[in-house]
Amino acid sequence: MVKLAEWRGKEVFRKYGIPLPQGAVARSPEEADSLVATGQVPLPCVIKAQVLAGGRGKGGAVQFANSRDEARAAAASILGLEFKGERVRELLLEEKLPIARELYLALTLDRAARMPILIASAHGGVEIESVEDREIDRQAVHPFPGLTGYEKRRAAKVLGLSGAPAKALDRLLEALWRVFVEEDAELVEINPLAVVGAGLVALDAKVIVEDDATFRHPEYAEIRDDRTPLEEIAREKEIAFVQLDGNIGVIANGAGLTMATLDVLKEFGGRPGVFLDLGGTDDPKKVTEAFLLMAQAKPTAVFLNIFGGVTKCDTVAKGLVEAMGQVPKADRFPLVARIRGNNEKEGIEILRAAGITSVPSLKESAQSVVRAAGGSA
Amino acid sequence: MSVLIDRDTRVVVQGITGHQGTTHARQMKAFGAQVVAGVTPGKGGTEVEGVPVFDSVQDAVERTQANASCIFVPAPWARDALLEAVDAGIRLATVVTEHIPFHDMLVMYHYASAKGARIIGPNCPGIAAPGRSKVGIIPNGVFRPGRVGVISRSGTLTYEIVNGITEHGLGQSTCIGLGGDPVVGTSFVDALPLFEADPDTDLLVLVGEIGGTAEEDAAEFLRHRFSKPVVAYIAGRAAPTGKRMGHAGAIITRGRGTAETKVAALTAAGARVARFPYEVPDLVAETLAARGRR
Repeated sequence: MVKLAEWRGKEVFRKYGIPLPQGAVARSPEEADSLVATGQVPLPCVIKAQVLAGGRGKGGAVQFANSRDEARAAAASILGLEFKGERVRELLLEEKLPIARELYLALTLDRAARMPILIASAHGGVEIESVEDREIDRQAVHPFPGLTGYEKRRAAKVLGLSGAPAKALDRLLEALWRVFVEEDAELVEINPLAVVGAGLVALDAKVIVEDDATFRHPEYAEIRDDRTPLEEIAREKEIAFVQLDGNIGVIANGAGLTMATLDVLKEFGGRPGVFLDLGGTDDPKKVTEAFLLMAQAKPTAVFLNIFGGVTKCDTVAKGLVEAMGQVPKADRFPLVARIRGNNEKEGIEILRAAGITSVPSLKESAQSVVRAAGGSA
Repeated sequence: MSVLIDRDTRVVVQGITGHQGTTHARQMKAFGAQVVAGVTPGKGGTEVEGVPVFDSVQDAVERTQANASCIFVPAPWARDALLEAVDAGIRLATVVTEHIPFHDMLVMYHYASAKGARIIGPNCPGIAAPGRSKVGIIPNGVFRPGRVGVISRSGTLTYEIVNGITEHGLGQSTCIGLGGDPVVGTSFVDALPLFEADPDTDLLVLVGEIGGTAEEDAAEFLRHRFSKPVVAYIAGRAAPTGKRMGHAGAIITRGRGTAETKVAALTAAGARVARFPYEVPDLVAETLAARGRR
């Protein structure tokens, strides 16, 4: 998934005609100052850190300014911040509006219902998890007709809107639905959606778009989120790679098998550190790259657990042997291999020739790698 | 009789001229499936693995009476491939393709449902009934005909568990890998009645994983509408928790969707839940033995 920063989300909203406060992005106190000086951002204004984590209001990452000086000072103080581990590099400056009420709106997927779901609450401006269940309205929206008139009228009622603001909601929901579908979003959320005079304004924008849809949206493929550098390299090579703080490296294929491997390692006292999911590949080069990536993460020991399907055992064995020849001596690690499934015999033979034994039992191989890593087992 | 497929199932492979399509058409045939046609637009009139290739599913169905499709078409074109199959009269389609955007899958699912067609997948290993047929990619070698049904949201973990059951000397009636994508054509709850009705299944193994609430929903079904014994395994007890869908997702699932809630729900519904994959075969054998004694 690709989480868009607020300002990017708002760029998307603007394209679809969702009303927004007047504002602009700054990357330095000087830029912030000039936005205010030139009137691009009217005073009084709000200055918001462009980070992906929530709860910005409480953390000093959102400040208000009544003058150029205050705006500049606020910009300087927020730009230095590290907010929940994320360095603030961008600010969004926006006009401060006279807000009558704050509402909540979101569209996301209800997996169990296999339908998009429209979520509305009259209690906006706070974390939606903290809102009582009965104060949250959920409507499943069938993808074929899309959002219908009666569904929009129900949302208006739930939000306590009538007259002009209800008409504004109708247009806004139409646009929000289009964002959700046309931008391949997993989530579009407006919290708060402000009632300002007779209209509605999206004060915040949370847009998460789907990784798998980047073939339709190449513009999202460029956006990085909070991956570590090694995770970023893995992503480029299309290897699922996650870094935690343990010391055992795990290379498996398939999410379920990877998770099951972690379950077993933990049971025997192992601490999985890096896990890497080869997915389905027929290419020994990709396996080699995966191992070289693993070596860079400096694990104490590595557990290779493969059940060959699309990814065949001999493919993995070839890639592994090639990688072992390339890993610098200083980065070598004890390896426990378990390869089962398609082309198992061929794979085991290739490993044997390189001096690596495949342990057929999941339990025994897991125990053995925990011992090699200096754990309990 | 098995679940969804049998000896008379006539399979069309969409995307048969691609590497995966060709490989798995061969494997399906080796497993005993009747692979009667392939489809790749522009390649009609050729042959792959002895299987005639057509330009469209409609041609394939008219000429070969194919009645089940296995789709290997890459993600950007997978939606179109599925809609084409449904419009050609196919009522069972296994979508092996991974990385299909869920917005596409929503369209695929609701279109197929409206036309009375069933989708297995996407991003799934498909269906195998040993000694009968296979529509999908599960390795042939892990199976042995028997009376244990298997349903799973995983891929390779399914192979691991099926293989364990076989190595224990037991066998499978039908195994369905449903896929673990956010939107699946057939969920646990959709598949459970099929196994309940299948006279060749004595016991069901359910392999779940963290995320979503499919296992909790399955537990609810098991409690009231399933009479056969169930052995389950949930992967991901040790996995780090991540808020994949953010806040709005959390309020849909509220307090469900973790390994603990799934294990608890399944246990309360009478399933025996294995802690590790390698405990599954033992639990299956014990449960069957206990049942035999009754």
